[in-house]
Amino acid sequence: MKSFQEKTFRSLTYLAALLTIACMLGIIAGIFGEGMPLFRSVGIREFLFTNSWYPTHTPREFGALALIVGSLVVTLGALIIAIPLGLGSAIFISEIAGNRLREIAKPVIELLAGIPSVVYGLFGMAFLAPLLREWLGLETGLNVFTASVILGVMIVPIICSMSEDALSGIPRNIREASFALGATRIETIFKAVIPAAKSGIIGSVLMGFGRAIGETMVVLMVAGGAASIPESIFAPARPMTSTIAAEMGETVMGDLHYRSLFALAILLFLITFVSNLVTELVFLKKRDA
Amino acid sequence: MNKRKLSNILGTSLMGSMLLITAIFLLIFLIRMFSKGFAVLSPEFFFSMPRNAMTEGGIWPALVGTFLLTTLAMLVSLPLGIFTAIWLTNYARPRWLVRILRIAINTLAGTPSIIFGLFGMAIFVNLMGFDVSLISGGLTLAILALPVIINNTEEALRAVPVEFRDASLALGATPRQTIMRVLMPAALPNVLTGAIISVSRVAGETAPIMFTAATFYSRRLPQGPGDEVMALPYHIYALMTEGTHPGSQVPIAYGTALVLLLLVLLISGAAIIIRSSIRRKRQW
Amino acid sequence: MVNIQIQTSELNLWFGKNHVLRDVNLPVHSNQVTAMIGPSGCGKSTLLRCFNRMNDLIPETRITGKITLGEEDIYAPRADVTTIRSRVGMVFQKPNPFPKSIFHNVAYGLMIQGKFPRHELRDRVEESLRAAWLWDEVKDRLNSSAMCLSGGQQQRLCIARALANRPKVLLLDEPTSALDPQSTAKIEELCLELKKSVTILIVTHNVAKAGRISDHTAFMYLGELVEFDRTEKMFTVPADKRTEAYLTGVFG
Repeated sequence: MKSFQEKTFRSLTYLAALLTIACMLGIIAGIFGEGMPLFRSVGIREFLFTNSWYPTHTPREFGALALIVGSLVVTLGALIIAIPLGLGSAIFISEIAGNRLREIAKPVIELLAGIPSVVYGLFGMAFLAPLLREWLGLETGLNVFTASVILGVMIVPIICSMSEDALSGIPRNIREASFALGATRIETIFKAVIPAAKSGIIGSVLMGFGRAIGETMVVLMVAGGAASIPESIFAPARPMTSTIAAEMGETVMGDLHYRSLFALAILLFLITFVSNLVTELVFLKKRDA
Repeated sequence: MNKRKLSNILGTSLMGSMLLITAIFLLIFLIRMFSKGFAVLSPEFFFSMPRNAMTEGGIWPALVGTFLLTTLAMLVSLPLGIFTAIWLTNYARPRWLVRILRIAINTLAGTPSIIFGLFGMAIFVNLMGFDVSLISGGLTLAILALPVIINNTEEALRAVPVEFRDASLALGATPRQTIMRVLMPAALPNVLTGAIISVSRVAGETAPIMFTAATFYSRRLPQGPGDEVMALPYHIYALMTEGTHPGSQVPIAYGTALVLLLLVLLISGAAIIIRSSIRRKRQW
Repeated sequence: MVNIQIQTSELNLWFGKNHVLRDVNLPVHSNQVTAMIGPSGCGKSTLLRCFNRMNDLIPETRITGKITLGEEDIYAPRADVTTIRSRVGMVFQKPNPFPKSIFHNVAYGLMIQGKFPRHELRDRVEESLRAAWLWDEVKDRLNSSAMCLSGGQQQRLCIARALANRPKVLLLDEPTSALDPQSTAKIEELCLELKKSVTILIVTHNVAKAGRISDHTAFMYLGELVEFDRTEKMFTVPADKRTEAYLTGVFG
């Protein structure tokens, strides 16, 4: 009897593990299954490198270059904003701030991380975009710049908390050695601590990259709508994620447009998968060190 | 003042200003949300149905919808995630399977939310025929929450001192008894905190429910799991992008956003407070 | 009349490629205290953990030979590990009470068997706490947390917890090395009392302690059981040169 209970319990946990694996396989199978058929009609090279996204015109074209560039540009912009803010805050919290400030700052950053992306999107769309349009005399406030700002602020908590973990994980004696040799605080931070925490910090940036490039709502609401390669940072852009979200409602299941959006999803999935893989390897190196 | 001292001061101020700028952003954000949103809040806003093509009235159905979606998602992902974590920490054989599971968990954790939405649409809505409904959205959200719950539970279990496990086994307890009577109770507070934080995350997601559950306009509350639902995050999005009367709808969007924000902040805040009080009371 | 409670027979153990225990034949006499001594790394703790199959928890462990408790070989393929562990109890080096009440700690081994009604649990808990010389100190606060007890009390609690199962053998792995001298003395005296009802096998790195409380001593060196004899005899006239060297403090 006891043995039956043991076996059943163990089997249940085993089943749960298998189901989890099944979820991953299901997602991969689903996305690839619905998306790959596109490439019977559209060449991969055409898909990736032509700038002609006309899914509803005749003739239909599925050149996603503008979308890919849109994703990359907005993500890059977000990182440009988030890395100084996030890493700088992390450094300040971990190395400079007193205990009281640290105890307040850490939970605040954690709360920031929990803010839903659609709320950021609303803030960008209803407040920041009109504001910037007025201040800078732009045609529209819904563009790469605004999207990068909002997206950047959104990923600051990720970069900040992971970097802070990495920095505070460096043992005290490294700092002591540096101070004992007459280094200033900033010198110790940049010449002794940060190099030691390098892999954790790089990992945090990669995580931020993955999050930013996969983000949908913010870019959907703030980056504007044009599916063209942005000519300046104040031009609108259409990253892959917002394309999928915006156009999926108009497609018919099974038709080429539908499949092209799944193909975008495949690309997106591969990008984030590789990014995660690289992050894992970066951390693996850290564990050995 | 020598150059090194100067750059030390500049550097320190620079780092501090980074934190300051972040804090100012947060402040502006919160002030804007609260000021614009607060004006709209009222008991009527919370509890009544929307009227007049979403230009007046309340957000009650969206609140209900979010509640139902979140509950369904947690009902599925908590047991699934906890049992998976138990397998990882206590049974974990054969090793190649563990590796595949870890890949699965990491992949799920890093997958963009829109892809979950697409998956949900392809599998639950279309393949399984659930249509755009509470159940499709709930299941999609469950898969989204799964990696977080697994990682959190695993960490909580690994934090339990190994001495407890040894003592239990040495007294003749089976692995199952050890898990249920000693390890899980000891890990429970941390597991719970993680679950609470997952709830706030799930409640705020839009992309996964866009094609699987959510609707902008619903005449009545969902009558069963097969009905489509309104949801707070989707409502905000729809008001801003599909709404035809921005004058009256943007304020409603702000109000809805404030409600969602308060919900999320209160839940996460509670979890953080619970977690630090656990850490203080912990006897080991 | 010599009565052997539990004994090993040609016991060999490997951790991976390391041959950690070699051809150990150790008889443990009933209702006696047997001490296992030897320098660090000689395998005495590993050997102790064989008696209740706690080594099974370490991956890549391989065992040949037998350990017979009464009539059965505890390493037989059909043997039920959980039953064995309720008959061979263990107290660890560092006290490890559960974060539960004193009552629930002591009752744990019985509760998992699921066949004891509430009143019988209470009786057994009292019986075990008395046997561990802890009853008077905790009888008024059985529901309070075990973690609030002092180190010495916690260790006696762990002894009571193990005794609740009414084991035939009690294994003690350097039970006082983490405790203060007074607690140590108390637990040593306790062992002398307990042997009337339980067979005791104790690992210690303190030779003097072994001399004080044990009836038989086993000297281990590099995984081998070098010598086993009545304590008085071994400590006065050791048969093996290595034993003599260890006892006189040449090494270890």
